[in-house]
Amino acid sequence: MNSNIKQIVIDTLSQISDPEIPVVNIIEMGMIRDVLLEDGSIQVILTPTYSGCPAMRQIEDDIVLALEKKGFNDVAVKTVLSPAWTTDWLSEETKVKLKNYGIAPPLKSNPDDIFNIISMNQQINCPFCNSEKTELKSFFGSTACKSLYYCNNCRQPFEHFKCH
Amino acid sequence: MSDIIRNEQDDVFELCLRLGDDCLILGQRLSEWCGHAPILEEDIAMTNIALDLLGQAISLYKYACELEGKGRTEDDLAYFRSSLEFRNSKLVEQPNGDFAVTMLRQFIFDSYSLFLYDELKNSTDETISAIAVKSLKEIKYHLRHSSEWVIRLGDGNEESHNRMNKAIQQLWRFSGELFEIDDLSQRLFEKKYMPDLMPIHQKWKVYVKDIFNKATLKFPSDDVFMQTGGRKGNHTEHLDYILAVMQILPRSFPQAKW
Repeated sequence: MNSNIKQIVIDTLSQISDPEIPVVNIIEMGMIRDVLLEDGSIQVILTPTYSGCPAMRQIEDDIVLALEKKGFNDVAVKTVLSPAWTTDWLSEETKVKLKNYGIAPPLKSNPDDIFNIISMNQQINCPFCNSEKTELKSFFGSTACKSLYYCNNCRQPFEHFKCH
Repeated sequence: MSDIIRNEQDDVFELCLRLGDDCLILGQRLSEWCGHAPILEEDIAMTNIALDLLGQAISLYKYACELEGKGRTEDDLAYFRSSLEFRNSKLVEQPNGDFAVTMLRQFIFDSYSLFLYDELKNSTDETISAIAVKSLKEIKYHLRHSSEWVIRLGDGNEESHNRMNKAIQQLWRFSGELFEIDDLSQRLFEKKYMPDLMPIHQKWKVYVKDIFNKATLKFPSDDVFMQTGGRKGNHTEHLDYILAVMQILPRSFPQAKW
């Protein structure tokens, strides 16, 4: 019974897209860490992508609203910080979705690399023409999770989902 | 609850304020650049960093409120405290000045944060540790950004080099406070809530010296007189002006909701 409800909840959550990257949902983003059921109440365990991501509050509201529509009235969203969110939680399918949407997907992160400050240039291929002739324009982009690149082959600016 | 545990909670509460107030005030300072930065990419960069710092401050304030248990929220801590109750270092409240001053202030703070938070990961307090792990990922690219600018400006042309030197003269005296050890940090260190600041200061010096070297900037001598007082609520006059701008709306309309 409970596993049935849990599946409904997860299916519902997978309908909620990231407000800033509508092509992926919050499950694909790895933001839902768990769903706990107890005596008719539902607790959704959520982890933020970036500390200051302004989409978090909207996502919390979206979760409560979507589950209310399915008839779940006792819903709480709990935010946890540990383990810290990483782009390594994005599946290969999700990365393909990002690329097709025009965002170069993240490479694998290297958490041990914390003191390698200056020399961390990575090869990011253009999501449009796959060229390697790209250059970093700014590490900071339209949202905390993206940086700005330019493709010198197809002459398109594009965004890269930062490896985090 | 025994007095001993109560006191330890008070100490961790104070630690959250020291860390969180640094983030909030520096974030507010960086936000002042919004719409004024030298180039669009820098406008976006500085406001991105401000947002990360604001997020880190919120996490720390939320935990502080939980420890305090008086029903205050993170907004209460940000909007309804006076400058005497703020525990940020004097460095982060210094005015933006020119781009060199802003980048040097950021560089001093980011490098301090990287080495501090890398040790705070091991805090015996699980929440502090979790916040540290999360923040570190962000601090790393903040430091990359500010380090590259210190190098580019220091090793740039005569004008940019001179401006970096002026920035060092202006800000260096605020760097010592970050590593200052007082009774509180000593107690927190003994209980392994936070690391010993002395070795962090040494690591910081090595890193800063290396970047200054690359930037052809001279590392100041050890006899610079260091400012202090921010951690006890004695601030430079600048903080009151920051708070006036930041707090005017919620203080004028305490019931206002977004």
